[in-house]
Amino acid sequence: MFDTTTLEVLSLSLWVATTAVVISLPLALAVAWFLARSRWRGKMVVDALVHLPLVMPPVVTGYLLLVGLGRNSVVGGWLADTFGLVFAFKWTGAALAGAIMGFPLLVRPIRLSLEAIDSRVESAAATLGASPMWVALTVTLPLALPGVIAGLVLAFARALGEFGATITFASNIPGETRTLPIAIYTFIQVPGGESRAAQLILVSIAVSLAALVASELIARRVKRLQAAA
Amino acid sequence: MLSIDITHRQGDFTLECAFDSDARVTGLFGPSGAGKSSLLRIIAGLVRPDRGRIELAGRCVFDSARRLQVPAHKRRIGYVFQRARLFAHLNVRHNLGYGAWFAREKPGRARFEQVVDMLDIGPLLDRRVTGLSGGEQQRVAIGRALLSNPAVLLLDEPLASLDVARRQEVLPYIERLSAQSELPIVFVSHQLDELLRLANRRVVAVRDGRVTFSGPTAEFLARPSLLGAEQARDAGVLLRGEVVTHLPEHGLSELTCGAQSLYVPHVAHPAGAAITLHVRARDVMLARQRPTDISALNVLEARIESLVADGDYAVNVHMQVGEQALEARITQRSAEALALAPGQTIHAVIKSLALAEQAWERLGSI
Repeated sequence: MFDTTTLEVLSLSLWVATTAVVISLPLALAVAWFLARSRWRGKMVVDALVHLPLVMPPVVTGYLLLVGLGRNSVVGGWLADTFGLVFAFKWTGAALAGAIMGFPLLVRPIRLSLEAIDSRVESAAATLGASPMWVALTVTLPLALPGVIAGLVLAFARALGEFGATITFASNIPGETRTLPIAIYTFIQVPGGESRAAQLILVSIAVSLAALVASELIARRVKRLQAAA
Repeated sequence: MLSIDITHRQGDFTLECAFDSDARVTGLFGPSGAGKSSLLRIIAGLVRPDRGRIELAGRCVFDSARRLQVPAHKRRIGYVFQRARLFAHLNVRHNLGYGAWFAREKPGRARFEQVVDMLDIGPLLDRRVTGLSGGEQQRVAIGRALLSNPAVLLLDEPLASLDVARRQEVLPYIERLSAQSELPIVFVSHQLDELLRLANRRVVAVRDGRVTFSGPTAEFLARPSLLGAEQARDAGVLLRGEVVTHLPEHGLSELTCGAQSLYVPHVAHPAGAAITLHVRARDVMLARQRPTDISALNVLEARIESLVADGDYAVNVHMQVGEQALEARITQRSAEALALAPGQTIHAVIKSLALAEQAWERLGSI
C-alpha cells in the first residue's frame, strides 16, 4: 500500500519524536518541579527561557543550535571529540531540535498538575514516615501523572511536526533527518511528487489522531483511578 | 512523655509555649487561632520553630541549642489532621498500609485487623477513598496514622470538618482509642465537651500563642476564667464514681460516689469500673432539706466549703461530697434566701440528664 520511502519516513519520524520526549522528560520533570515549588524570584527567568522556543521563530532556534552545537563550535566540537556525539546533520540533531521545541509543552502541564497538588497531603505522607524522596515518588508523581501524560502527548506531537528548527539544524537528508513534515515539503516541491506527499499527509494525520486517542484513554484511566483529592 | 518549650514567629503572630505532660492523653485547648494547630505542626516537625526544645516519648526531636532537628518522617508521629488528607491515588487498604512501608517495626496482620475492627472500616478496604463520606475518610485517616506504628498520636480537631451527624459517628471511635490505647495522645480541640470526653486527665490551654494553663483537667475545669466566654457555662468539676449496676429497663446506670448513689444515663462499662462525670456548676441546685417528690434522681449530701461571688448576680458555692469537690452556681438572691454559709450541710440536686459520662479507666490495650 505504502512505498518503502513512506515507511522509512514514518519510522524515522516516530523514532526521532520518541527519542525527543524520552530524553527531555527527566529534565522537564525537574524544571516543572522547580517552577512549581521554588519561591526563588529568579525563577521567572527560567520560566521565560523554557518558553522561548514557543515564541521564537523555529528557524532562529535551529540557527542558534547550529551555531552552538555545530561541529565547528566549541561545545559541538568538544561533544564530538569526547563522546562521539554529533548533532548537526544527524538524526540526533533532529531529535534535539524536536526536544527543544516540545520542551515548553512538556513542562507546562506537568507544572500545572504539580501546582494543583495539595501540599498538605504530602506533609501527611511525611508524618507517616516517608522521606522527601519517597513522598515525591509515591505521592507527588502519581498524583501529577495526568499532567505528565498530557505533556508527553503534546511534546510528542510537537516533535513529530517540527520543521523549521530541524531543517535548519539537521538539514534534509533522506533516511537520516528527513522526517514527516520535511518529506512532505520536499515531495510537494518536486514535480509529480504529490501522490507521495498525499500518502505522507494521511499517515501524519493518522499518527496524530492515534496519539490523541491514546492519551485520552490513558488520561481517563488515570482519572478513574484517582479522581479529585 | 511530652516536653515542649518553643518560640516561633509567623508574621505578626508569636507562638511562645512551654509545658510538660506525662499524662497519656493531653488535651490542647483554646479558641480558634490560638496557635494550637501551629504547635502541633511544630511538634510533628512540619514547621521548624525559631528556638526551643521538643521531647517526645522520651526522645529529643528538636533542640535549637544543639542544632538538633529530627525531620518529620523520622519522628514516628501519627498525625490525624482536621481533614482526612487521604491519598486519592490509593484505595483504602493501601492508604492504611502506607505508613507500614516505612515503619521500622511493621504492624503485623493481627494488628492490621485489630485496627480495622476497632474503626469498623473492614467493608471499605477495597473502595477508592474518593467515594467515602467525610466520617469514613476520617476513620481511615485515624487507622492510617495508627498503622504507621507511631510513638505519639497527634489529633488535630479530627471532628472539626464534619457535620454534627458525622461527628457523632466518629467521636465514639476516638473515645475508644483514647480510653483503650496505650499510645500517648495529644488531642486538640476548641470544644470543651469534646475535650472532656477524650482528654480528661491533663489539659494545656493555649490563648494568643501562649500557654495559660497546664495541669490536671479537674483543676482547669474549676476556673471559668480560663474557659473563655463561650465555654464558661461549662465550668464545673469532675466527679469520680464507680459503676454499681445497670438499670436497663430505665436506660440508666447506678454509680456510687463516696457512700452516695448517683444515677446517670447508661454507661457502657461493667460494674466496678471507675468513671468520671463532668458536672457543670450551673446544673447543680441546692436545697436545705432533702427534697421529696422531685423529678431529679440525684440528691447528694454535701458540706459547703466557701462561697465566691461571681459577677453581678451569681455565686459559686464550693462544696465537698465525701472526699471530692462539687460546685454549684446559683444566684446571690438564692444564696441569701437560703442563708448559705461555709460549714453547713446542704443537699445538691443534679438531674441525671445533665451528667455527661466520660471514660476514664483503661480497658486494655489496642
